[in-house]
Amino acid sequence: MTVAPEADTRPVPEGHVRLTIDGVEVDAPEGELLIRTAERMGIVIPRFCDHPLLDPAGACRQCLVEVEVNGRAMPKPQASCTMTVSSGMVVKTQRTSQVADKAQQGVMELLLINHPLDCPVCDKGGECPLQNQALKHGRSDSRFRDSKRTFAKPVSISSQILLDRERCVLCQRCTRFSKQIAGDPFIELLERGALQQIGIAEQQPFQSYFSGNTIQICPVGALTSADYRFRSRPFDLVSTPGVCEHCSSGCAQRTDWRRGRVMRRLAGEDPEVNEEWNCDKGRFAFHYATATDRFTRPMVRDAATGQLRDSSWTEALRIAADGLMAARDSRGAGVLPGGRLTVEDAYAYSKFARMALGTNDIDHRARAHSTEELDFLASTVVGTGPGDGAVTYADLESAPTVLCAAFEPEEESPIVFLRLRKAARKGHTKVFHLGQWDSPGVEKTVDIVGSGSPIHSGGLLPCPPGGEAEMLQELPAEVDEALCRAGSILVLGERAARVPGLYSAAVRVAERTGARIAWIPRRAGERGAVEAGTLPTLLPGGRPVADAAARADLEQTWGLERGALPVAPGRDVDGILAAAASGELSGLLVGGVDPNDLPDPGLAEQALRSAEFVVSLELRPSAATEHADVVLPIAPTVEKSGTFLNWEGRAREFGSTIERTGAVPDCRVLDTLAVEMDVDLFTQTPAAVSGEIGRLGSYSGRRPQAPRVAAPSPPRPGPGQALLATWRQLLDNGSLQDGEPHLAGTARPPVARLSAGTAGRLGLAEHQPVTVSGPAGALTLASEITEMPDGVVWLPGNSGPSRVNRELGVGHGALVELAAAEAPSTSAGPSTGDNPARPDNPAGAATQLGSSTGPGGGRTDDSRTDGGEG
Amino acid sequence: MTEANAQQGSPASRETAPLTPVLTRRWLSPESWTLSTYEQLEGYTALRTALRADPDQLVELVKSAGLRGRGGAGFPAGVKWGFMPKEPSKPHYLVINADEGEPGTCKDVPLMMADPHSLIEGCIIASYAMRANHCMIYVRGEALHCVRRLHHAVREAYDAGYLGTNVLGSGFDLDIVVHAGAGAYICGEETALLDSLEGKRGQPRLKPPFPAQAGLYSCPTTVNNVETIASVPYIVNGGSDWFRAMGREKSPGPKIYSISGHVENPGQYEAPLGTTLRELLELAGGMKDGIPLKFWTPGGSSTPLFTADHLDVPLDFEGATEAGSMLGTTALMIFNETVSVPWAVMKWTQFYEHESCGKCTPCREGCFWLAQVLERMVDGRGTEEDIDTLLDVCDNILGRSFCALGDGAVSPITSGIKYFREEFLALCDRNEGARGTQDERDDKAGEHGRSQAGDPALAGAAR
Ligand SMILES: Cc1cc2nc3c(=O)[nH]c(=O)nc-3n(C[C@H](O)[C@H](O)[C@H](O)COP(=O)(O)O)c2cc1C
Ligand code: SF4
Ligand code: SF4
Ligand code: SF4
Ligand code: FES
Repeated sequence: MTVAPEADTRPVPEGHVRLTIDGVEVDAPEGELLIRTAERMGIVIPRFCDHPLLDPAGACRQCLVEVEVNGRAMPKPQASCTMTVSSGMVVKTQRTSQVADKAQQGVMELLLINHPLDCPVCDKGGECPLQNQALKHGRSDSRFRDSKRTFAKPVSISSQILLDRERCVLCQRCTRFSKQIAGDPFIELLERGALQQIGIAEQQPFQSYFSGNTIQICPVGALTSADYRFRSRPFDLVSTPGVCEHCSSGCAQRTDWRRGRVMRRLAGEDPEVNEEWNCDKGRFAFHYATATDRFTRPMVRDAATGQLRDSSWTEALRIAADGLMAARDSRGAGVLPGGRLTVEDAYAYSKFARMALGTNDIDHRARAHSTEELDFLASTVVGTGPGDGAVTYADLESAPTVLCAAFEPEEESPIVFLRLRKAARKGHTKVFHLGQWDSPGVEKTVDIVGSGSPIHSGGLLPCPPGGEAEMLQELPAEVDEALCRAGSILVLGERAARVPGLYSAAVRVAERTGARIAWIPRRAGERGAVEAGTLPTLLPGGRPVADAAARADLEQTWGLERGALPVAPGRDVDGILAAAASGELSGLLVGGVDPNDLPDPGLAEQALRSAEFVVSLELRPSAATEHADVVLPIAPTVEKSGTFLNWEGRAREFGSTIERTGAVPDCRVLDTLAVEMDVDLFTQTPAAVSGEIGRLGSYSGRRPQAPRVAAPSPPRPGPGQALLATWRQLLDNGSLQDGEPHLAGTARPPVARLSAGTAGRLGLAEHQPVTVSGPAGALTLASEITEMPDGVVWLPGNSGPSRVNRELGVGHGALVELAAAEAPSTSAGPSTGDNPARPDNPAGAATQLGSSTGPGGGRTDDSRTDGGEG
Repeated sequence: MTEANAQQGSPASRETAPLTPVLTRRWLSPESWTLSTYEQLEGYTALRTALRADPDQLVELVKSAGLRGRGGAGFPAGVKWGFMPKEPSKPHYLVINADEGEPGTCKDVPLMMADPHSLIEGCIIASYAMRANHCMIYVRGEALHCVRRLHHAVREAYDAGYLGTNVLGSGFDLDIVVHAGAGAYICGEETALLDSLEGKRGQPRLKPPFPAQAGLYSCPTTVNNVETIASVPYIVNGGSDWFRAMGREKSPGPKIYSISGHVENPGQYEAPLGTTLRELLELAGGMKDGIPLKFWTPGGSSTPLFTADHLDVPLDFEGATEAGSMLGTTALMIFNETVSVPWAVMKWTQFYEHESCGKCTPCREGCFWLAQVLERMVDGRGTEEDIDTLLDVCDNILGRSFCALGDGAVSPITSGIKYFREEFLALCDRNEGARGTQDERDDKAGEHGRSQAGDPALAGAAR
């Protein structure tokens, strides 16, 4: 931008126009909105409906300015949020134009005539654009002497979101966000004139994984959350920037806290990553950290009672160190750090395993996993990042084609979903999904309806579960051609590990088409853990265990003798558990791992029981702590600093938000524990670890070969059988979502999905419960007829009673038995209607907070301890 | 000549222009709405001529005839048609605005009742000219009878081969869909109409893009008024010179003036553009019962009021504008001396308050406020200060709203106060300083905080 006091004589840059705003000449890119150009010059034009990431609406009329085009003054003031710059334009804002100033004051006065005097009790008071701009641009008195329009005070529009229609200025930001960005048009304008209001349809609450964003962009206090409503005033809060700990999207976030307590979380701004959005899980799921059952002191198992008892750190560390050393020296100890660690904490586990326990038996993949995946991570993923050609959000947005295989973006990485939708909405990107059914996330990235003509981009390529690899090798010609276009991307998700041959097929397809591969794991810690080397074949920085030079390099940095590092590749999670269960391993060091997340929860529990010595680093009681000999409490994300690597491999550093709680990060606990074992890890603080990681650098040797695993054909279901398709929903039984019933109320109700053909063969009526059985047992859910391949049943991975790993003992792609169930299932209704969160008639009487927003469906209190780590 | 006019006494009134029945020519024929009557009276002859011409020739013809939109804004129809892309890469649509919601307007519905085939013939010619194979007629929902009649006429036209594939063997295909709205004034605004037609909430769209670029379903679309399109067959048959022989240089052609209110014979009078009220009153039998004229609207309530001083304003687009109002829909609502201006203004304002779509702040909140102030004034609880407030709020709405509804809403108020300020003041005088306290007013307020004004008839009679 150029701002010159006098007429600028330099040529106008290509693609720009030169105009004058408040007497100052400025060059602006063609197509820029006046309000943005002015803003770049430091001229702030008041506004309500304008939002840079939403399509312009021009509804509030607060941003009026005077405009002259081609030397002719336009007869009416113009909305600067809808008018684009043009060459020679002369614009006068409220600063230089009486007309604009009066127009703005007039609109402000009109906005206030029906606005309630709620400021002293309104959540937004103190950070309210209406309040601020009224003070800045409004009149000091009102000429309105008549009666204000009134509405019943807040109505619930979901179990989480409440709407106060009196406060609403009808800017349509919330509706435009929901329609355009999230694709969940479940709130709309209703009625007209002064009775116009935001509302929902009678049978359909505002069910959106992104609903919290509407609260954040609402320019008044009309939208509030049941979780935060009336909890604090903005000016009493301290805001600390941070990073969300839930998924691998890596959202920037802002945590607002007061007197050591987190009051709310908001989306942070990061144009490269989450833009200005986050998902409701990131926004509302933080109460787990202050759950009453959180461990605050170490505990040791009392030999006499067999129960855990509080102990001092000194005692606990001593016992843990002795036990682990004994295990190490006996048949060895394995390490299961879990997938939710920061890079620094993961690095400490990695170093601890190698130096203190002398083993490569370490694997963070507390979920289905495979050797093929391990080879894929080593060959294709580790050591890449946005700086060196790895796929980024921006690449997704500009890709001509994105093919998602075994990946459910909206459920597994919501911000990736938003980017894919944004790309599709622009009309340049075709998004294909290799999956089983047209899930909401699929639909919203391939069929974009909104303003303008509907866009149909890409589509679903249906295949049987487990058949993804086969399908990838025989893509329809249209998709194959689309993938060959430069910049195309192939995305693989978590459940790829359940599909033999899928990574291999993906690598081949990438080689053939030139498409790049993005691996998008579900958990926030997974990508960083790969770099930290919490894997049986990888050391930190992508160094293969098998490479002697890489080991030597590491030995040098770690100050070890030549040959001190274990040489043999370690066991993976399944291997470690099996070995512990059978007595081949003596000890276990366990981080945030929940047996329910593992392919075989029974084996995990047996392993925990059988192992001679178990140390658990945990926040709250879990299956691991139940069997642990020593429990060492660690800090939740909000009480520590560190770095997550998001799926792009982008470092997401954060400082500690709530300090001096006495809680310490895993790396510090491990450091002290190692000292007790006469080993120096030098991982006292995340900063120290981060420094060491920097000095260590990454592996520069030859990458291991990509996997070449053949894709077997999926088995053919016989009569009464089906292939199981399953993945986790964003909001489910995960223990990090504990303590927020309003959030849980917006979860998608668990249902079993099958095709009309499959249902017909079972004699299953619409919504009739169906029983699905596997080797470990059976579960029963209401059924929902869905367009999908015959002979397939879909279950949510860990929602309500549908805890697939535990109840069935098999996962995605496995054969299961189906039967129509007699009794209606108690815990799940059909996906529409029946939601306990369904609010009262929006036009009806006020709904009181407590009564309307009780615990939502899909989760019961007892899911706390066995709900899965998430 | 009525007493009212006699009192104003104008020599010009002797040379009144006669009626020019063009669009209304068949209205009095027996069963005028049937295809057979239509065909007997030159119906569908223009279509045959048109289908032999090049589409662009037709656009040129309408341009040179100078036909201006009859929906209110008077935009030249030929120019508008010329905005449509020449090469159809997407489907083209012609949409007929038959929403006729402007208070006082009563020309499109009678036309469609009496002579639906003239509209249909116009639709076919216009669609052909704009390379559209789909035409929608969006009819005001309340006009149920009219919707039925159109449906019937469209069916007749299909059966006779005027619609459907290969119209009259020309190779041109056209389907017409008659769509009933749900009764919202704003759905007469062309972009709100398009949203409504798409099944969405009827609220005006941001422009650009204009309908010719991205209209119905984001495809090139032209929206025209019923009367505009019904004029087209006559232009095709009569030629542009014939058309221009009527009316005035910049506003050529005949126009249906719908006259309502205190006249002896209210109804539709088709006369050349530029005809004056004095002339029209003569055609309508003069003021009812001879009670003198007090005020009138030249083109519906959205056009600023005129008074008896404006009897000789030529009612064409330029003439009405120069005299400080607008031609609008040529809906002449005539009020005699028994009517209170503040009361009438209040009623109109209540209409706008009710019909404001709610999208933009000035119109939504402003109309709500204005209506309350006027109700209070008419109820004898106004102050002089309220008059200033009314005018200033109007100033904050006019030209600040998203669409023209807001502009229209302030017309009766600003013009009413301009010409009849003393009537508003007189109402304030009745207030006797006993302005109710806020508490009293709150007591009267209902769920939506609105107190109803006193009996309007009394308010009117109080004059
Ligand atoms: C609030 C509002 C209501 C309108 N109602 C109508 C209507 O009922 N019928 C109509 O033809 N035009 C109406 N218009 C004008 C249309 O927007 C549009 O200008 C017209 O249909 C164009 O047709 P024409 O060029 O043939 O006049 C309305 C405009 C506004 C702002
Ligand atoms: S609820 Fe908030 S965001 Fe939505 S329209 Fe009202 S003021 Fe705007
Ligand atoms: S998308 Fe992922 S990182 Fe972002 S807020 Fe949601 S859970 Fe957190
Ligand atoms: S002026 Fe605004 S509120 Fe009024 S009808 Fe038009 S868009 Fe709707
Ligand atoms: S900010 Fe421009 S109209 Fe609302």
